[in-house]
Amino acid sequence: MAASLGNVDRRDNWKIHFRDTMRGGKFLNQWRMAELHAKQAPERVRELEEWGAVFDRTPDGLINQRNFGGHRYPRLAHVGDRTGLELIRTLQDHGVHHGIHFHMECTALRLLLDAGRIAGVAAYWRETGRFVLFRTPSVIMATGGGGKAWNVTSNSWEYTGDGAALAYEAGAELMDLEFTQFHPTGMVWPPSVRGTLVTEGVRGDGGILLNSKGERFMFDYIPKRFASETADTILEADRWPEDPSARRPPELLTRDVVARAIRAEVQAGRGSPHGGAFLDIASRRPADYIKRKLPSMYHQFKELAEVDITATPMEVGPTLHYFMGGIRVEADTQQTNVPGLFACGECAAGLHGANRLGGNSLSDLIVFGRLAGVGVAGYVAELTTTPRADDAQVTAAFREATDILNRESGENPYLMHEALQEVMSSNVGIVRTGEELQRAVEQLDALKIRARNLKAPGTSQYNPGWHEALSVESLLIVGEAVARAAYLREESRGAHTRLDFEGEREECARFNIVTRKGPGGEMQVDKVERSDPPKELAAIAYATLEELEGGQVE
Amino acid sequence: MSKRKFKIWRGDSRGGEFNQYDTDVDEGMVVLDVLHRIQAIQANDLAIRWNCKAGKCGSCSMEINGRPRLACMTRMNTFAADEVITVQPLKAFPVIKDLTCDVSWNYEQNKRIAPFKPKPRGRDGEHRMYQEDVDRVQEFRKCIECFLCQDVCHVLRDCDRKDAFVGPRFMIRVASLEMHPLDDDDRIPEIKKEYGSGMCNITKCCTETCPENINITDNGIIPLKERVVDRYYDPLARLARLFAGRKVRTKTRSEEQSR
Repeated sequence: MAASLGNVDRRDNWKIHFRDTMRGGKFLNQWRMAELHAKQAPERVRELEEWGAVFDRTPDGLINQRNFGGHRYPRLAHVGDRTGLELIRTLQDHGVHHGIHFHMECTALRLLLDAGRIAGVAAYWRETGRFVLFRTPSVIMATGGGGKAWNVTSNSWEYTGDGAALAYEAGAELMDLEFTQFHPTGMVWPPSVRGTLVTEGVRGDGGILLNSKGERFMFDYIPKRFASETADTILEADRWPEDPSARRPPELLTRDVVARAIRAEVQAGRGSPHGGAFLDIASRRPADYIKRKLPSMYHQFKELAEVDITATPMEVGPTLHYFMGGIRVEADTQQTNVPGLFACGECAAGLHGANRLGGNSLSDLIVFGRLAGVGVAGYVAELTTTPRADDAQVTAAFREATDILNRESGENPYLMHEALQEVMSSNVGIVRTGEELQRAVEQLDALKIRARNLKAPGTSQYNPGWHEALSVESLLIVGEAVARAAYLREESRGAHTRLDFEGEREECARFNIVTRKGPGGEMQVDKVERSDPPKELAAIAYATLEELEGGQVE
Repeated sequence: MSKRKFKIWRGDSRGGEFNQYDTDVDEGMVVLDVLHRIQAIQANDLAIRWNCKAGKCGSCSMEINGRPRLACMTRMNTFAADEVITVQPLKAFPVIKDLTCDVSWNYEQNKRIAPFKPKPRGRDGEHRMYQEDVDRVQEFRKCIECFLCQDVCHVLRDCDRKDAFVGPRFMIRVASLEMHPLDDDDRIPEIKKEYGSGMCNITKCCTETCPENINITDNGIIPLKERVVDRYYDPLARLARLFAGRKVRTKTRSEEQSR
């Protein structure tokens, strides 16, 4: 998780983290969110330590920090390559002693409203298949993205865009959905693990990318904006990071750049045997170092691909990893345009703009997770009446879900999901054209009609087919929103690349794309003008490194 | 691609039986992939818990040909070509449906462990810990809570003494606190009297089963047992404490409260 603690390089501070985040996001981030994130992340990381997290240490006993793509300095507090697990476990163990109730395996079906305000959630318990009604004036969405709309993805089965879809149905606005991050390094072989994530930590710890000719091809893909801060010879890249005058190797460029480069190498016929690139750390670091710093990568390749990463390079290729877009929120409170509805983490939009930097996701969670909690507390304190959902909404939610089980016959939800993945993977990929995006919308329309007839055989008790059918409904909404937003953005910026509109266009930096449900139930997609940033923040974001580090920017 | 036979336990808390499924298996597949294929085509309602499909979340624990395994880390090419593969839910916990179990007992044990109690920060506002001092704690914190160790533990599985022992998972959980350089709590009386450190008879089945290769017994349970012995049974240590005038806790918090 990224936080400018400055433990490894004292020159780091929130301004440089903020600048890195804005540049990585190609200046489409919400300024205030990027500011809050950079300023508050260090305090949140220290808080985790106070709650029992055991981060890797520097030689003088402080929280160690590692390099990652797009971050100027070693900034990522980490635990080997399992930082996410450490975060989960720390919060879990802390939470159980603070009166927090965990509703395990409980799936939300619909948000309930009272005169436009949140009044509750209709849900069901997976274990029994029974319905449950939560009456509550506030809900925080923390449901992640919708990576499962693609067939090659690092995401697990839960990433079906449920939070964004439920919020959309309740009238909330979605934003920036055209920006879907393809992580450059997913496993490509064997087929059953295609897409499984290979951490950026491999490159952060010195790993390099090679094509089938053995060339370090990333030197050919350095964008102009990053040229002055990136090494342009192997000699210079190899001196980094020991030599402070050396610039960063191009393997550590932002994810959008690296993913497109790998794709281009494969297209040009210089790919690895299974259609990826070679990621080599074996020839760069001693075996015991690799096992110590990247234990779960070592284990994953050994067990699943029968590859020893301390001896041979890995084969890697782009995999759908993350939604920069999601539910539109107000920066300081994380509240949506629906009173009582809040969102944070991947399912919310705004912090990452057009492309997210590695490590900024976990810090996003701890910064905005807290702010959402504070936001809810403030909202609830000011309520004068308790919203109450009428029974009709509740009955409708339960009936709609039950219909899937009660139909005599219908579409197989698993095969329907595969069909949807096929549409998205073929037409809304790492590079896009207007024609393909239009085709995606048409094909999704046809799937929507078929989805009205989804059928899950069996009973309601722990029935994954039923769950799958409900997920397909969410994915159809999110998939359509991505395709429509991508069609409307006629430029290439960050994670969104249009073959028919190459390069960034100045006028496209002035809007974000917002999606909402129209009065007739149709999906409305609009360009919404961005407000001007505060002068101080603009000065930081657009400053050169020399100006910023020389203290010339206040 | 090859044809393989699977026997999968189907049923719920009222009972069930093994159903046979014939299915195609492709190169590189793991057991979980095959279960998914059966689920998508032949048995849409087959209940399986899974999540990351990379051995990092601990959800797809089940018994495969009699061995507690993660289905996502069990490669098909580790079986003989004509071997029938039998899959059933964990035995130590009540079944919900098919391959899913109710593991909530484990979360109840976690709640019984007193929270981390950090020492105050240094004057510079930092907590200082050195890598060599946190290595062992980090080993325990690799645990993905797959509960395979709980499933093979004789105390829990065969003797069903869930009333007397929290199981290997929570012995290393408490070890991760007991050995945490910043933790300021004294946990020894609870380890002996409430978590049941004496119940473990060191057969090391948990260690052998752990998919994260955590050395549960040698690095976790045995040192805790030693600390208990030092506190309660070492006469020299008691004498030394007596002379030094140093008091240690021998009663658990609930014993102290009930007095």
